[in-house]
Amino acid sequence: MLKQAMKKIGFGLFLLLTAPLALAEYRWNFPEPVTPMALDTLHVHNKFMLIVAVIFVVVLAIMIYSLIKHRKSIGHQAVADKAPSTATEIFWTLIPFVILLVIDFVIMGIPAYHSVVMMEDTRNESDMVLKVTGSQWRWQYEYMGNTDKGSQDGLVDAKGIKFVSNLSTPQNQVDGTTPPVDTPDSPYLLDVDNRLVLPVGAKVRILMTSTDVLHNWWVPQFGSSRLAVPGFIRETWVQVDKAGTYRGQCKELCGKGHGYMPVVVDALPKEEYAAWVALKKNEINEQAAGADKEWTKDELMEQGKVVYEKNCAVCHMASGAGLPPAFPALTGSKITTSQIFDADGKYLPDSHMDRVLNGVRVMPAWKALLNDTEIAAVITYERNALGNSVGDVVQPAQVKAARQ
Amino acid sequence: MEIDADKREPSSTELRSIANKKLGYKMLWIVAGSLLFAFALVPLYDVLCTITGLNGKTKSTASELSNTKVDETRWVTVQFTSSTMPGLGWNFYPKQSSIKVRPGKVETVLFEAKNITSRVVAGRAVPSVTPGAAAAHLKKLECFCFERQALNPGETKVMPLRFFVSPDIPADVKEMTLSYAFFSID
Amino acid sequence: MSTTTVAHHDEHTDHPTGIMRWLTTTNHKDIGTMYLTFSLIMFLVGGSMILGIRAELFQPGLQLMNPDFFNQLIGVHALIMIFAALMPAATGFANWMIPLQIGAPDMALPRLNNWGFWLLPPSAILLTLPFALALFGIGDGALATGWTFYPPLSIQGGIGVDFAIFAVHLLGISSVLGSINIIVTLFNMRAPGMTFMKMPMFAWGWLITAFLLIATIPVLAGAVTMLLTDRHFGTHFFDAAGGGDPIMFQHLFWFFGHPEVYILLLPVWGFIPQILQTFSRKPMYGYKAQVYSFWAIGALSVVVWAHHFFTAGLPVPALLYFMYSTMAISLPLAVLFFCWIKTMWRGSMSFETPMLFTVGWIILFGIGGLTGLVLADVAADAQYHNSYFVVAHFHYTLFAGGIMGIMAGVYYWLPKMTGHMYNEKLGQLHFWLTAISFNLTFIPQFFLGLAGMPRRIPDYALQFAEFNMISSIAAFVLGLSQLIFVYNIISTVRGGKKATDQVWEGAEGLEWTLSSPPPYHSFSEQPTVK
Repeated sequence: MLKQAMKKIGFGLFLLLTAPLALAEYRWNFPEPVTPMALDTLHVHNKFMLIVAVIFVVVLAIMIYSLIKHRKSIGHQAVADKAPSTATEIFWTLIPFVILLVIDFVIMGIPAYHSVVMMEDTRNESDMVLKVTGSQWRWQYEYMGNTDKGSQDGLVDAKGIKFVSNLSTPQNQVDGTTPPVDTPDSPYLLDVDNRLVLPVGAKVRILMTSTDVLHNWWVPQFGSSRLAVPGFIRETWVQVDKAGTYRGQCKELCGKGHGYMPVVVDALPKEEYAAWVALKKNEINEQAAGADKEWTKDELMEQGKVVYEKNCAVCHMASGAGLPPAFPALTGSKITTSQIFDADGKYLPDSHMDRVLNGVRVMPAWKALLNDTEIAAVITYERNALGNSVGDVVQPAQVKAARQ
Repeated sequence: MEIDADKREPSSTELRSIANKKLGYKMLWIVAGSLLFAFALVPLYDVLCTITGLNGKTKSTASELSNTKVDETRWVTVQFTSSTMPGLGWNFYPKQSSIKVRPGKVETVLFEAKNITSRVVAGRAVPSVTPGAAAAHLKKLECFCFERQALNPGETKVMPLRFFVSPDIPADVKEMTLSYAFFSID
Repeated sequence: MSTTTVAHHDEHTDHPTGIMRWLTTTNHKDIGTMYLTFSLIMFLVGGSMILGIRAELFQPGLQLMNPDFFNQLIGVHALIMIFAALMPAATGFANWMIPLQIGAPDMALPRLNNWGFWLLPPSAILLTLPFALALFGIGDGALATGWTFYPPLSIQGGIGVDFAIFAVHLLGISSVLGSINIIVTLFNMRAPGMTFMKMPMFAWGWLITAFLLIATIPVLAGAVTMLLTDRHFGTHFFDAAGGGDPIMFQHLFWFFGHPEVYILLLPVWGFIPQILQTFSRKPMYGYKAQVYSFWAIGALSVVVWAHHFFTAGLPVPALLYFMYSTMAISLPLAVLFFCWIKTMWRGSMSFETPMLFTVGWIILFGIGGLTGLVLADVAADAQYHNSYFVVAHFHYTLFAGGIMGIMAGVYYWLPKMTGHMYNEKLGQLHFWLTAISFNLTFIPQFFLGLAGMPRRIPDYALQFAEFNMISSIAAFVLGLSQLIFVYNIISTVRGGKKATDQVWEGAEGLEWTLSSPPPYHSFSEQPTVK
């Protein structure tokens, strides 16, 4: 009887705690789920939280009853347990044991089993494959193409599209020199320059890897989270059922920029997605064409500044001073001021071009991340700004030649 | 506890002190054992990974081509992808993004590597398979990943991989991905 | 046997005084006092570090420190709190109380005991020195990888990582020496008639802790040694390029790291029932059930490690195994909770500070345990993992379950150790401030985690602002409340109302038969237990 009543009180308390919270835009619980996995996770979470809340309240109630009734100050005399025989002691202590046994392995264990199986079913019936590569401190997305099923379903094949996604919050807000500015379209620390775009309703198999340290790609509304391990490949999946913009963050400590590598996903209806794919492919073609044209120094400097501040300033600082010893200065450094090309027009080992294209240790290999124009622009910028004035210009065509 | 320090016969306190030291030394064996265990875990973990495919590790030596029957009833899609790690001045990519294979049938796929720098660069390819359950079933007969690779400036090399998917592969694995991360070695 | 001779002479000539007394002491009470003092100092050091963190997180935007320094503070805070505050506090009590509780004249290996302690201060210096060196432009500060040392980040890191690795080695050796001493003491030094199944619960908790320590600390030592050779000597244990695997470090680390949780908690679970029976004025319930539960938890703790990295990508059978085995820990824990509450049930309770802390401890540790049960669920763990939900969870187990338990022990035994009663009013004030501000600090963090705030980030989106502000304010109240604790301890040591030998009306056990404070050499006549 008492237990029944307690249970009811517990349930009531739980509802009391959660009811206004559900209204407050899920601020008190998981954000609104938009994938089957996130929905399932929310259900499992709610159920388990309810169970432990009931256990907690029941036990607490019994304890509080005892704390009130069995006090010395109200004259309660201790009633010693009559040296319990082993049998009764075993009986009594087995009760909590068995209750938890049932809760753990039946009430919680069975739905938990199904959730695990669902979470790990990354491949069956998938429509497309996406490769996500984490680097300090940005995400790179590569569309690996449709599966047979995806093509049969009429999904536009985005194969070949790849881009880098950087935090777009201005550096002066990030380093605290100006106060954070937040807009609904571009929340502070949760917006990027290039968003990942996914078609609504398609099951996307996501391959994860990293080029330096551990990262973890996480969008709370998707319910999936997987470690990106350098040298290894992992997979997870998402199927976004509702159009919208979803934001998340890296959640494995990956160095000083760990708090600054957000994930932003635009889920678009299939037609809009098709339009985006066409646009993006067109953009890639245009950029390839742009690489063949001769650029003026001013054009390169202008674009180079943009590229530099987005990609390089986080380590080498906006001023080019770097953060030695981990991140060397670019101002006056040997690499940024010495010759790039030999007499035949081939770039020299450990030259500016070599370092930017191929990276070394912590320095990423930018050939996989930036296009020819961007690389040409940023090298030109680094040599003629940040306190350097070498005076030379690197043309996109030279980068194009260098990377082939 | 009245002990005379000059007494020749060991007192009960002394006896106890000796017994304590003995037991203390015995405990050191446990410590040594668990230290040994930590280092033994390194090879054990490797073995476990190769057997179970935990972590997507594949064998780093060539498999024997056993007389496996080709399973004509099913297809497995094997997808290829690559990453070149920082410091490696190469372009490296699979020449085909995926192929469909019959389990048991030997296939050859090609990867192309080009040294885009003006010096000799050496690298090592580290394979990884996902899902992990499929890793042990991807049998490589010939692979560029078994040894280090060096390319001269501007050299292009086509690197073949000969493999088959074991017919024992779990029925629910219809798709798998083989990834190569090419690391630079100085 | 020179040790015996010295000890023998001590009885007549009294022990050395001044600094030499503390440097050379082999007396279990002196060493226990040193451990407890060290622990209290490091608790304040680690606490100030986290107040720096909470100050930075008070509002969005970076105000006080750069992200790298932020990362250094979080990692060193954790290492200090675990290895230099909680573990030495438990060892301090072991040194003080185990000989008294089992009727032994001293610890079994007194010289070893002294070495075990004196390894601690150098390791604390090693942990914090890189902060100071960075001020002089040497290196780039302390360990910035979090206390978990995960490679490849720790392979990238600066000299702080090396300093931390050596500190962990020293701390590990110290704990191993301490544990061996405790095991030998419990095996060889019990009073005649005290069988294992008559040992006080605290001794039992420590026996299992000590075995866990000597079995798992070497694994940690091995793992960080491999890290060191990877960093400097060209090995590739954790480097994929050389055939290694960064995830293997996580397996090794948590093979130690999960038992570590129980290493911190088992001693507390030992004295909690003793406090309960004292203030309920009736014997503890289910002694045997509790002992067997200790064993079960000790055994389970070494087979559940992978639940710390469910999102790392484990095969489904492994996920299921680690999920169900983790859930199984709740079974013996349920038995323990039942026994604790049954001990209070129909007792004659009074609520002096130790009892207040104990009751608060049961409730708050219950929250930690129950959220742990939810965390065991693999699918939901994808959301909880590395979010503030986990941060809140493990502070409920380690701050409430660990430190508040230790505080209960301090108030319980302080009169016995010093011979003076502490200030009860201040003690109660300390309890209420601690309990309330603790909850106000960490309950908002549960919600932050659910809403999607990752841990270990120096700055956050504006949607997380309100909860962080509440949490920071409460954290400062929590931190400042501890000054009451420090003041209360110091004034109790210096004077105060004389404590009786039994101290508490309901106290039972050998330690309460001695005078308060006990003589320098306790039990020169070993008692016999019936």
